[in-house]
Amino acid sequence: MSTQNTHPVAYVRREMLDPAAPPPGQTGVIRWMRENLVSSWFNAILTFVALYVIWYVLSGILPWTLNGIWNATSLNDCRAIRDARGLESAACWAVINERWLQILFGFYPTDDPLLARLFHGEALAAAGGVDTVFNGGLNATQRIEFVSAMKNQTSNGLILFFGYWRPMLALLLLVVAVAPVLYSSLPRSMLLFSLAYPFVAFFLLWGGSVWLPVLVALGLVACILIGRTLASRFGMLGGTLGGLLAFLLIFMNPLSFLGITGVFPLLPTVQGVFDSILPWGLAAVSSDQFGGFMLAIIIGTSGIVLSLPLGIALALGRQSSMPLIQWVCVAFIEVIRGVPLIVWLFTASLLLNYFLPPGTSFDLLLRVIIMVTLFASAYLAEVVRGGLAALPNGQYEAANSLGLDYWKSMRLIILPQALKISIPGIVNTFIGLFKDTTLVVFIGLRDPLGLTNAIRATSEWNGIYWELYIFVGLLFFTFCFFMSRYSMYLEQRLRTDHR
Amino acid sequence: MAEATDPPRESFRLSQLLYDARYRSMTIQVVAAILIMLLLVELVDNTVTNLAALGKDIRFGFLWSTAGYDINQQLIPFTSQDTHARAAVVGILNTLVVAVLGCILATIIGVLAGVLRLSSNWLVARIMTFYVEAMRNTPLLIWILIVFAVMTEATPQPRDFREGGSASLILWDSVAISNRGVYIPRPIWAEGSMLVVAVFILSVIGIFILRNVARKRQQDTGQILPVFRLSLALFFLPTLLAYFVMGRPVTLEMPELGGFNFAGGIQIRNSFIALWLALSLYTSAFIAEIVRSGILAVSKGQTEAAFALGIQPNRTMQLIILPQALRVIIPPLISQYLNLTKNSSLAIAVGYMDVRSTLGGITINQTGRELEGMLLLGIFYLITSLIISSAMNFYNSSVKLKER
Repeated sequence: MSTQNTHPVAYVRREMLDPAAPPPGQTGVIRWMRENLVSSWFNAILTFVALYVIWYVLSGILPWTLNGIWNATSLNDCRAIRDARGLESAACWAVINERWLQILFGFYPTDDPLLARLFHGEALAAAGGVDTVFNGGLNATQRIEFVSAMKNQTSNGLILFFGYWRPMLALLLLVVAVAPVLYSSLPRSMLLFSLAYPFVAFFLLWGGSVWLPVLVALGLVACILIGRTLASRFGMLGGTLGGLLAFLLIFMNPLSFLGITGVFPLLPTVQGVFDSILPWGLAAVSSDQFGGFMLAIIIGTSGIVLSLPLGIALALGRQSSMPLIQWVCVAFIEVIRGVPLIVWLFTASLLLNYFLPPGTSFDLLLRVIIMVTLFASAYLAEVVRGGLAALPNGQYEAANSLGLDYWKSMRLIILPQALKISIPGIVNTFIGLFKDTTLVVFIGLRDPLGLTNAIRATSEWNGIYWELYIFVGLLFFTFCFFMSRYSMYLEQRLRTDHR
Repeated sequence: MAEATDPPRESFRLSQLLYDARYRSMTIQVVAAILIMLLLVELVDNTVTNLAALGKDIRFGFLWSTAGYDINQQLIPFTSQDTHARAAVVGILNTLVVAVLGCILATIIGVLAGVLRLSSNWLVARIMTFYVEAMRNTPLLIWILIVFAVMTEATPQPRDFREGGSASLILWDSVAISNRGVYIPRPIWAEGSMLVVAVFILSVIGIFILRNVARKRQQDTGQILPVFRLSLALFFLPTLLAYFVMGRPVTLEMPELGGFNFAGGIQIRNSFIALWLALSLYTSAFIAEIVRSGILAVSKGQTEAAFALGIQPNRTMQLIILPQALRVIIPPLISQYLNLTKNSSLAIAVGYMDVRSTLGGITINQTGRELEGMLLLGIFYLITSLIISSAMNFYNSSVKLKER
């Protein structure tokens, strides 16, 4: 049948030959360079220009950076060391080495008694013990001298972990609280801690009686429980009203117009009782002592957490079919977005007292957080609106035809998709918010950039610019870069199409 | 017998206000209206009470009183004897000039960076990625302060420009960069210079007419005129001709060292340069990303289709890619312009006298009219941004894909 084998064949190759090696110009690094660096004349010129630029920049910056002087006590000291070494230019990193704690924490007080007990027991004993030094035995000047002598002998690293243990613990717990929100593979029960975290952080950072944050948290839980119980018995209206009434009784004084004070609001009354039984707490720190990068993190985190729900609500309001709600949301968004944040911050610091009832004044830090939150929420609302508008109408119609009411259809169908679309925009807004926290320097809060001025104002470091700006810039860069990378990761993870 | 009847009309019950979807939105709006009114009344009432307690009222008469302070950069003449209103206008002009120049420079750098980031050259693409990430992830305020520090700390002093000094003027001895500011030549308009300017304006108008004529001709007859070369010639030739015919009426006054500082030429203050450069560099990073995503948004099939039709590569870019990419690019680009304009209020960091530091700063401090001053300032910014965003909406509706 087959004719092939009828004729004897002189030679038939039975094994495949190994493929010949590609020409040397077509493999490995050389090929990559040919394709990516010198694929055409124009490309080659670009490569040379780019190499020149890189060389030019690095030859200016690298020697300055790498020759940097890390140990010096003042700028003049730095210059003397530089000249002694015969260097042309050298960064004076010593300012960072000396002052990084100040850039991170501003003038937030360290826990001096703890530092004294842990690391300077002998000096403390010689001075007469903790009570003598810190509880009134020494006068203020003597105490300041003792503390500064003690701190000079303690390394910055020890001061970071033990002197600033409150903000450091708050930061650590922040990571724990944020982790289950960012990574869904972590156990969901950790979210309970995330809910409790604001109260923990408030207690750690501001100090004071432990009962205030505990009772506020319990009070909020009580309101929700009362509301839910009533809602199951009397319907939604009854539940809402009951919850509101409980809130009024606990946190405000509904009878103040009758002149009845003393019992209501319940919160301070109960707190007084607890404080007299168990006076637990930490040394109170007032808001004007906050500063440094810690301030940026506090304002940034609170702004992010608070602005997201507000922004979503505004976006939904803007899409609402109710004209009044729509107008109010549009007006709010446009007015907030149309005016720079600086003007809003000045409004918060100059004008807010005009709009509040006479005699009230509240914390500048709180005002700033509120303003930053409102500002970011207007931007977020536009981002989320874009996501809502990008959804095909069929999704809304499908939700309606399933018989879902407005909130259920939003929660289960619309928002998950709309928010997924708007993740890049949302994260960009958050990054913008975090960067904008530097603007608080103009209304007198001590943000990192303000502290660089304060450091420059001292006689030791007068005239130092680049090192401080680079350090602060790198701090912000690290955080913002992490956020943008996380948003890319999230986009990848939530992608459901074309895989 | 089956008979279709309407269900009996139910009489209206009060609970329908809450549980009937037809009435519920009305209820919610009424409640919201009441709450908003209460809030407004409370705010106005508090303001009136507080103002009365301070012995103040709301009046704008302070705008017409003498300002009593100097402004270091004036586009229109201003002395300390002028009114607060004029000071505000000077500030507004200063804001607008830095915003407009910033938008121009940011667009140029941004488009360049965005295109280069897509370059097939690995090195160039990496450099641009680094540039964009570094700019976008660091606060604008730091960039402003850094550029300002460069301008004031790393540039030579005027005395270094003396004979034998370490510094010299650049661009054929016409521009001096010193720590007192940048000095550029000042044009001197002699007699007859108006004619040159008029010729220049006419030739620019001529270019627009030429483009229209060329387009119409192409549509009617299919002939393509060399528009670019003709425009180029029209741009330079008539003006140069008029310039030489009139006997060179426009001359330049070069900056010269006189005493401890430069005399002659125009001084551009370092605060302006710092704000302008930093705003442009920062915004250009965002524009680069917008341009990049806009170009990537045009699918590759469009290019392939154009090539299949035999359209040349440069005309493909011009006729197929750019129109589609621009529709994606322009709206976010305009909102970046808006951001840049608002960010120019960071002038406070370098002491540039923009509207926030005249009207919203010194005027408020001198007159104690913070409520009125901030209100006017807010209204200025609001109007500016509404104008820009309505321009964007107009553009959007003109290029929108017409769907069902």
